[in-house]
Amino acid sequence: MDKEDTIVALATPPGMGAISVIRLSGSDSFKLIDSIFNSREKVSNSEGYTIKYGKIVDENNTLDDVLVSVFKAPNSYTGENAVEISTHGSPFVVQRTIELLLKNGARIAEPGEFTKRAFLNNKIDLAQAEAVADIIDSRTSVSLKGARNQLDGLLSAKVSEIRDKLVNTSALLELELDFSEEDIEFVKRDETDQNIREILIEIEGLLLTYNFGRVTRNGVNVAIVGEPNVGKSSILNYILKESRAIVSSIPGTTRDIIREDVSIDGFLFRLYDTAGIRASDDELEKEGITRSREALKNADIVLFVMDSETGFSAEIDAEIKKLNPNVKILRVLNKIDLKVNKVKDIDYFVSVRNGKGMMNLIDGLKNAGLGENIYTEKDIIVSSLRHFDCLKKAKENLEKARKSVKLKMSGEFVASDLRAAESTLMEIIGEIAPDDVLNNIFSRFCIGK
Amino acid sequence: MDNKRFDIIVIGGGHAGIEAASAAARMGCSVALITMDKNALGRMSCNPAVGGTAKGHLVREIDALGGIMGEIADRTGIQFRMLNKSKGPAVWSPRCQSDRSLYSKEAVGLITSTENLSIVEASVADILFEDSSVAGIKTFSGDEIYSGVVILSSGTFMNAIMHTGLSIKSGGRYGEKSSTGITESLERIGFDSARLKTGTPPRLLKDSINFDLLEEQPGDEKPQPFSHFTDLAQFPKLQQVSCHITNTDSEVHKVLEKGFELSPLFTGVIKGAGPRYCPSIEDKIVRFSDKEKHQLFIEPEGLDSDQVYVNGFSTSLPAEIQLQALKKIKGLEEVEMVRPGYAVEYDFFPPHQVDSTLETKLVKGLYFAGQVNGTSGYEEAAAQGLVAGINAALKIQGRPEFVLKRSEAYIGVLIDDLVTKSTDEPYRMFTSRAEHRLLLRQDNADRRLMHYGKEFELVDSLFADDTINREIKIKSGIDLCRKLKLHARNVNEFLQSAGSSVIESTETVANLCKRPEIKLIDLLDLNGHMENEVLTELINDEKALRQVEIDLKYEGYLKRQQEMVEKLERYENTIIPLTFDYSNLKALSAEGREKLERFKPRSIAQASRISGVTPSDISILLVYLKR
Repeated sequence: MDKEDTIVALATPPGMGAISVIRLSGSDSFKLIDSIFNSREKVSNSEGYTIKYGKIVDENNTLDDVLVSVFKAPNSYTGENAVEISTHGSPFVVQRTIELLLKNGARIAEPGEFTKRAFLNNKIDLAQAEAVADIIDSRTSVSLKGARNQLDGLLSAKVSEIRDKLVNTSALLELELDFSEEDIEFVKRDETDQNIREILIEIEGLLLTYNFGRVTRNGVNVAIVGEPNVGKSSILNYILKESRAIVSSIPGTTRDIIREDVSIDGFLFRLYDTAGIRASDDELEKEGITRSREALKNADIVLFVMDSETGFSAEIDAEIKKLNPNVKILRVLNKIDLKVNKVKDIDYFVSVRNGKGMMNLIDGLKNAGLGENIYTEKDIIVSSLRHFDCLKKAKENLEKARKSVKLKMSGEFVASDLRAAESTLMEIIGEIAPDDVLNNIFSRFCIGK
Repeated sequence: MDNKRFDIIVIGGGHAGIEAASAAARMGCSVALITMDKNALGRMSCNPAVGGTAKGHLVREIDALGGIMGEIADRTGIQFRMLNKSKGPAVWSPRCQSDRSLYSKEAVGLITSTENLSIVEASVADILFEDSSVAGIKTFSGDEIYSGVVILSSGTFMNAIMHTGLSIKSGGRYGEKSSTGITESLERIGFDSARLKTGTPPRLLKDSINFDLLEEQPGDEKPQPFSHFTDLAQFPKLQQVSCHITNTDSEVHKVLEKGFELSPLFTGVIKGAGPRYCPSIEDKIVRFSDKEKHQLFIEPEGLDSDQVYVNGFSTSLPAEIQLQALKKIKGLEEVEMVRPGYAVEYDFFPPHQVDSTLETKLVKGLYFAGQVNGTSGYEEAAAQGLVAGINAALKIQGRPEFVLKRSEAYIGVLIDDLVTKSTDEPYRMFTSRAEHRLLLRQDNADRRLMHYGKEFELVDSLFADDTINREIKIKSGIDLCRKLKLHARNVNEFLQSAGSSVIESTETVANLCKRPEIKLIDLLDLNGHMENEVLTELINDEKALRQVEIDLKYEGYLKRQQEMVEKLERYENTIIPLTFDYSNLKALSAEGREKLERFKPRSIAQASRISGVTPSDISILLVYLKR
C-alpha cells in the first residue's frame, strides 16, 4: 500500500478551554510523535487503544504535560496509524505543538481530510462521511440531533422510498414501450401525471426543510448595523448575557468587527458587531469598513439599530439594500427609556439599559432566523447543500416529465425525464442501481407471448 | 478427414456461429465452421420471426456493421411490421415473420458461397489447449483441427435435455442430438457452468384450424426492410401473409391444471432458470391466477408449410394435456398437433467469464458467443457472433480490438450487461435496458455504426461512403433550419389548419418543427426557397430529411442524453488492467473486492455497474488508478 502523508490538525474548537486535542494521522504518526514526546515508553512500541502520559519537548524545554491516545491501523477513525494529543487548553501550546510536528514532517490537514481518509479507507460510507462532518461542525444541541438523524440514515431511507415510487411509475411507462404487443391495459397519462405529482410533493416537502436544515448546520448570520453610539455593542452584549451560552469569541479591536457565537434555544446565531459601513478616508478605519461590509453581505438578518436622536438613516438603509438586497432587516429603536421622538417603521422598541423589549427582540431574531417551520429531531431534514442540489435537480426533472406528459410526448421521453430524476436520487443514497424497472414489470405483469 | 489448421474455428452453425464465421472469413481469415448438420445452419429453433422491440434494433445494428441477419430476414420474410409506430422514433422496432425453411436455406446458401469458409460436419468432443491458450478441437470421430482461435457458439446443445411431461430425452432441439464433452472440457480448466431452461410451444396442422373464427393481424401496408442494403424495388420478395389472434380462457386453464402434477416445471425436475419475460403457459396461469385469459398468436411457419406456430403457448406439460387444452381454444376445436411443445435445459457459462470482446478471460483465443453466454433469442446471438467473429479476425491480424460502447449501440449494452451483470435467467434485450435509448434508434443505426463496417471491409465501401456523406447533409440541414425564419403571413394559415397555434411575427423552422403536430417537410415546402442548394439536397434525400426532423424535434431530450454520455465518458476511458491486483487494496469492501476479482471489469465505468461494488469502492479504485 502506498504511504500516505501524515496530517495534523486541532480537533477541538480554537481558543481557551480546559483541554485541546490535536489529531495526527498517517503512516508516520508514531515516528513523529516520538520525535517531540518524552514518555516512559515510545509510542511506536505501544499497543493500540492505550494512553501515554509524557511531556512535549521544545528544544530541550518542556512545553506542556500531555496525554497521548494511541490508535493502530486499521483500528482508528481514519483507518491509519493515528494519535490524539490532549494538551492544556492554551492557544500558544497548541500552536507550538503543531509547529513542532510540522517541522518534523507532518502537514496541516485540509478541511475534512480526516473524514476523507476514513471514507477512502472504507471506515464510513459517503452519507456517513457527510453526517460526521456535520457532527464535527455542529456546535449546538439541535444541530447535533440533526446530524445523528442523518447518520441513522433517515434521509437515505426516505429518498429510497421516493425512488421506489419513481421506479413504479417508470415501470408502467416502460411496459408500454417494451411490451406494446402484449395483451395488457396500459397506464393512462393522467395516472402517470398524478403519480409524478405525488412524488413531487414529497420532494418539495424535503426541499422546504432545507432552510431550517441549513440554519441548524451553519447557524444564522446576524449583522448589527447602525450609526455610532446607538448601542450596537450593548445590544450584542445583552444577547450574550441573556443566552448565557457563549460558544466562542472572535477577538477584535474597536476598529475591527466583533463576532460572537451564541446559542438561542439551541440554535447557533453568529452576531457581528459592525464598526461602520459607510466609506471613510481614514486609513485605519478602512480595514474595519471592508470587514463590516463583508459581514453584511453574508448576513441572513440585519439588526438595524437606531435611537431617537439619530432617527432613521436613509443612507445606511440604502447601503444595506445595496450590499445584500434580499436580507431580512429588523429595525430596532434603542434607548426608549429616554425621550422618544417619533421614528417610523420600527419593528422592535428596546432599552438595553433596563432590558425592556429585549426578550421580544431575541424571540424575533429566532423567528426571523429559523423561519415559520420548526422541525424536531424526529423530522427528516435536508441540511447538506449536496443533498439539496440533488433533490432540486430531481424536482426539475420531474417537472420536465410533467411537461412532457402535457405535451403528449411519447412514453420514452417521459421515461427519460424520470430516469434522470432517479439517477439524482441515487446520488443521495450513493448506491448502484440494479435493474429495478424490469424486475418491477416482471413481478407485476404477465409478460410473454 | 485429415488433421487441418485454420485461422479460426467456429463451433456451432446457429445464428451466432454463422455471423461469426461469415464476418471472420470476409475479413480474410480461413475459417472452419463445425456443425452437427450441414443443413441446419441458421435454423430457427423457436418462433419463425426476426426482430421485435429492441431485437429489431439489434438486427439493424448487425446489418450496419456488415452482418448477414438483416439480409436473410428481408429475403425470407412473409410479414413485416414496424412495432410501436404510434410512439416516438426511438422505440420503433422492425419485426418480421419468416418462412422457417427458407430462412435456413438462405443461410446455408450464403455460408456455403463465402470464400475462406469451410463447413465441417462433426460433433466436437473436446477443446484443445496449450498452456493458457486455445489450440484447437477434437471431434467425436477422433479428428483434430488446430487453430489459435476458437469461437464457441453451440447454443442450447451442451448437455441438453428436452422435457415433455415427465418424459426426458437427451437433445438440443427437436430431432437433434445434444452435445457432450465441451462443458466438461472447459470445467476441467477452470470455467464455471450453470443451467438454464427455455421452452417452445406445440406446432399445429394449419388445415385443422378454423381461421374464420380468429382475428386477423396483417402486416404493414408499406413494409420496411431490416437491411440498409436491400433493394426497395425488389422488396418484399415473398408473398405477404397474416397472423391470427386467439386466446385461452378458464376452460383451457382448467384442462392445463390437470397436468400440473406431471409438469417437470412444478415437480422440480427442471432445475434451470427460465426467462421471466417468456414464461410457459402453465407458469402464466400459476403466477397470474387472476388473469382469466391469455392472448395467443397463430403464426405461419412458411408459405409452403402445412404447420403453424402458437406463440404464447410455450409448454412442457404432457403431450395429451397440451392437445386437450388446445382443443378448448376458439378456432382450434378440431386441431391436430404435429408435435408437442417442450422445454429444454442446457449448459451455459455465466458471462462474467468473458471480456467485452467476448474472448474469455481465462483462455486466450477462446471466444463465447450466443446462448452459451446465457442469452436468449436469435438476434442477441447473432449480435454476439458478429462481435466475436470481428474480434477474432482482428486478433489474428494484430489489429486493435472492437468494443462498442453502451452509448453507441444496443450491441454495446448487450455485451456490457453480460460482462458486468452476468445473468441467471436467459437474457433478452429490451429498450429499457439502454439508458441512452433516445440516441440508439433503429433509424440511425447506419449513422452510428456503418463506419465500423467499412473499416472492417464488411460493408460495401461506396455504400458506407454514402452514409458518411449524408452526415454532412444532415448537419448543414440542421444549421439551415435554425437560421431559416418563416413569417406569420406565410405560415399562420398552415399552422391553423394543422391545429397548431399561430405566431406573431417570425419563427425559425427549427422551433416550429418542435411542435408535435408539425412535419418538417411541410415547413420547408411553405418556405418555397427551393433555389437554396442545401435545402434542395435535403428535400431530395428522404433519409437525411428524417434525421434532421428527429434531431430538431427532440433536440432538448437528445442533448441531455448526449451530455450524460459525455459525463460518463471519463469513467469509460479510465481503464483497469486485466491483471490489476485487487488484493492489495485493503480498503475495498469485502463484497466489492470479491466481485471485482471475479468480474475483472475493464474500466471504472464497468466496475461501477457491478452489483455489490459500492461508490466508495469506486472512489478507492480511482485514487489508486491515478497513482
